[in-house]
Amino acid sequence: MRGKRKANNMIANYGFRDGSGDWYVTIDTDKCNGCGKCPEVCPAKILEVGPDEIDIFREEPVAFVKHEERKKIRYSCAPCRPGYGAEPAPCVGVCEPKAISHSEGWKILYGHK
Amino acid sequence: MAEEVKTQEFWRWPETNWVNPDIDWKKGKVITAGVDVGSVSTQSVVMVDGELYAYGNTRTGSDSPTSAWTGMNFGLEKTDLKVENIDYCIGTGYGRVNVPMAQQSLTEISCHARGANFMYGPEVRTVMDMGGQDCKAIKTDDRGKVLNFMMNDKCAAGTGRGMEVFADLIRVPVWEIGPRSFQIQKEPPMISSTCVVFAKSEVVNLLESGMPENDIMAGYCSAMAHRIMELLNRLGIKEKFVITGGIAKNEGVVKRLEKELGIKTAERVWYKKEYIDRGYPFDTQLAGAIGAALFGNALLKMGKAKSARKA
Repeated sequence: MRGKRKANNMIANYGFRDGSGDWYVTIDTDKCNGCGKCPEVCPAKILEVGPDEIDIFREEPVAFVKHEERKKIRYSCAPCRPGYGAEPAPCVGVCEPKAISHSEGWKILYGHK
Repeated sequence: MAEEVKTQEFWRWPETNWVNPDIDWKKGKVITAGVDVGSVSTQSVVMVDGELYAYGNTRTGSDSPTSAWTGMNFGLEKTDLKVENIDYCIGTGYGRVNVPMAQQSLTEISCHARGANFMYGPEVRTVMDMGGQDCKAIKTDDRGKVLNFMMNDKCAAGTGRGMEVFADLIRVPVWEIGPRSFQIQKEPPMISSTCVVFAKSEVVNLLESGMPENDIMAGYCSAMAHRIMELLNRLGIKEKFVITGGIAKNEGVVKRLEKELGIKTAERVWYKKEYIDRGYPFDTQLAGAIGAALFGNALLKMGKAKSARKA
């Protein structure tokens, strides 16, 4: 017996891996409600809300990282120091359904000062 | 006597095309096509009512529109079907926004998952696409829907183009690297970098040091397998595990990856038994274009797209 199948269960990892670590912004599209708050608070303006380009049958809008930003995410996200310090990154803090997370790259980078 | 050819291009892999002798496209209801313009290779696939009808696999040229046309015309070379007869065409891959005959473009991630589902069957859970200049690890469900994906297109290290450059450097045709990498006494240490530039200088040093060519090939294949493994480990692997793209044809990389992971990749044969029985050729590079053609079929059936057939 298979459990209840969710319509939009997809984890989208935007970013890259290089010699020094993993630099990904992860969006759980099942949780994302397309509210549009994260693009507003992102200081680097790397986020966007629109039609789901991976799951073309999804009806609702979803948050994603802009195409041109995916290869420089390490540097764009760096000022917010995601995963390090008491405060979450603005996009993570504003997301009510907790759909956004960051990989450990930045945490490791800023954790070993 | 003819003058001896001084330069040879060892990276040049043969282009192929094929048409299904069992299908009369004129009797088909819906004809869809997918064109996957990658950074190194371009594939076109035509499907009649969701069955593989024709394909072409070519090298990508200097611009996407020309490459798309070359790929499409090569795919249709052995049939009298024309582009005007196609109901719906979807472009995918690196150059997807520049496919002139396509009505729509889709990202290669969804197309590869869908295509792998068609090629290897609904049991596929993990798809590793080894492209010309990037690699993608995708988790998928029994319908070929993407559940989780991770891409690395920042750097071309350990990808198809890297293997081509290596072939040229070591002066061995690219399809011979896999088999020859096993003709060794014992497994050599891997090339320490998969970066094309660094690996190139390392290989030159190894060649000068007198290391046997086959050992260097083994070392490069190991390095590439190791890099793929790093990406897969982050995503997590579930069987059935398949590799698509050109590197899937290189057993030197695939077998070493299987050894390192402790997981076998699915056999490179059609899921549909009648395809095997009739001897349809299987090409791992077709996944993206097959997926695109299948999406076209689905969109038409759902009424989300309109037929653009002209003749």
